[in-house]
Amino acid sequence: MKNLDEIKRQLTKSSKATRQDRYGRIIAFICTFIIGLLVAAIFYLVASRGLATFFENHVSAWDFFTKQDWNPGQVSKNGTPEVGALPMIVGSFSVTVLSALLATPFAIAMALFMTEIAPKRGQKILQPVIELLVGIPSVVYGFVGLTIVVPVVRKLVGGTGFGILAGTIVLFIMVLPTITSMYVDSLRSVPRFYREASLALGATRWQTIYKVVLRASVPGLLTAIIFGMARAFGEALAVQMVIGNASLLPHNLISPASTLTSVLTTGMGNTVMGTLPNNALWSLALILLLMSLAFNLIVRLIGRKGRLTK
Amino acid sequence: MNAKRMDKLATAIIGILVGIVVLILISLIGYILVTGIPHISWHFLTSPSQAFLEGGGIGDQLFNSFYLLILTLLISFPIALGAGIYLFEYAPKNWVTNTIRVAIEVLSSLPSVVVGLFGFLLFVVQFKLGFSILSGAIALTFFNLPLLTRSIENSLAAVPKLQREAGLALGFSRWQTILGVIFPEALPGILTAIILSAGRIFGEAAALIYTAGQSAPMLNYANWNPFSPTSPLNPMRPAETLAVHIWKINSEGIMPDASAVSAGASAVLILAVLIFNFSARWAGNRIYRKVTASK
Repeated sequence: MKNLDEIKRQLTKSSKATRQDRYGRIIAFICTFIIGLLVAAIFYLVASRGLATFFENHVSAWDFFTKQDWNPGQVSKNGTPEVGALPMIVGSFSVTVLSALLATPFAIAMALFMTEIAPKRGQKILQPVIELLVGIPSVVYGFVGLTIVVPVVRKLVGGTGFGILAGTIVLFIMVLPTITSMYVDSLRSVPRFYREASLALGATRWQTIYKVVLRASVPGLLTAIIFGMARAFGEALAVQMVIGNASLLPHNLISPASTLTSVLTTGMGNTVMGTLPNNALWSLALILLLMSLAFNLIVRLIGRKGRLTK
Repeated sequence: MNAKRMDKLATAIIGILVGIVVLILISLIGYILVTGIPHISWHFLTSPSQAFLEGGGIGDQLFNSFYLLILTLLISFPIALGAGIYLFEYAPKNWVTNTIRVAIEVLSSLPSVVVGLFGFLLFVVQFKLGFSILSGAIALTFFNLPLLTRSIENSLAAVPKLQREAGLALGFSRWQTILGVIFPEALPGILTAIILSAGRIFGEAAALIYTAGQSAPMLNYANWNPFSPTSPLNPMRPAETLAVHIWKINSEGIMPDASAVSAGASAVLILAVLIFNFSARWAGNRIYRKVTASK
């Protein structure tokens, strides 16, 4: 009987490979879980700091989003602290939207060249171009912006050269590869028979592109632009170096301005943790975080809509 | 205008726009290299920087950049590999997996300055690590993890299904199949992903300003004790990297030869990124040939 028990134990015991598999699975899950936890921690910590402006320092959210005076260390005449984030919000949105508008035609041209006009040669030349544009560090863009773009803007347009226009030009080059490479993917996913059907009807290449391919890939284009905008919105140093860093509501494209990220990078080191000026900066970080979440959501919505129409 | 002429015109316009972009890239890289390379010398690459005088180098910053890069990869690669394997092989199709995938996507699109500020809040302030290489490496890990995880998962998924089935048919467990069959086959892709992420880490500055700090204390390269504050290996010392250095001297404007130093440093950064890009391609091809025995 003892022998049978032994055999039974051996037969029902999990093998070494099974145990290994179980451990491997657990380790792999822990790694994945860490990433999930990390995202939750980022949102929790930044939100708890960012909301302190409104709950601990009792700044009204309305004032925060609509007032134009950013001077968190000081108190205005009627006794409330001067934390109006409108100039930064306007600055961030203007450079983001303008750079995306400027980059889109170029991105469309690049993507069409790579997929429709010269698939082999275009791919061979433009793929490294895109990779290099992505690879250049943002401080280098900022440095080139400072030494070339700002003086050129000063000479051609006037003003100090620092401002939204310079920021837009620098960001244009930075978001271009993002938009292009995403749009290339979406152009490639347009079924081949769409093009064949159009060409068979006697359409020229441009007619095929304009009337069929571009229209079939509109959701993909929108997704690509939103991704580019997300990158532009979150870019910190390159913009900070050329925007002029004046927390004033921008009146034109060449007056010094500021963005959420530029105020964060310059201000965070000069404030004391837990005070109102510091909390106000964390509120700006929270806006950045929520905007990046919003860009993500929009992409998701477009993806769902795009699928439905197919 | 008839359709044919329209077609020619549109093609020409597309060609011009593409040409402009290529021209911008060439002049960008050309400008950086032409203005920067004359400043690069052995002295420039090895001597410490000067705050108020001319003639400072970037020796410490260069060392810090590489040290941070290595530490970051050491931390982030195992986690990204584990997560990539889980998502590829084990993850069940349910809401938990979905949530984690969304979380990874959100993390990859977060602005790096926010990731840096989070690292500042958690490690520098809460855990009292101070501005240190360790805080910087962890912040860079956060910034690197989502993209590295995704590209590892993609490289694993690019291995033909037959290989996996063959492994399982031989009686291997899933874990053994992954490590013994799929991982070697996916190695070129994974290596390329690592080298490309190394390029991104090397040039990142926004996440480091408030984690690794903006100061480069005097280092003694003969001191190999990792606990001594002047040792270059000490992970608890503040460390300004090359990218942060470029940003700092340009926004402070007290260094007399700031533009010359930043031109040289930019050229070094660009050269490093170019080397990373080319070696990624070269290594990927070479290892692929070696592992798969194809010529």
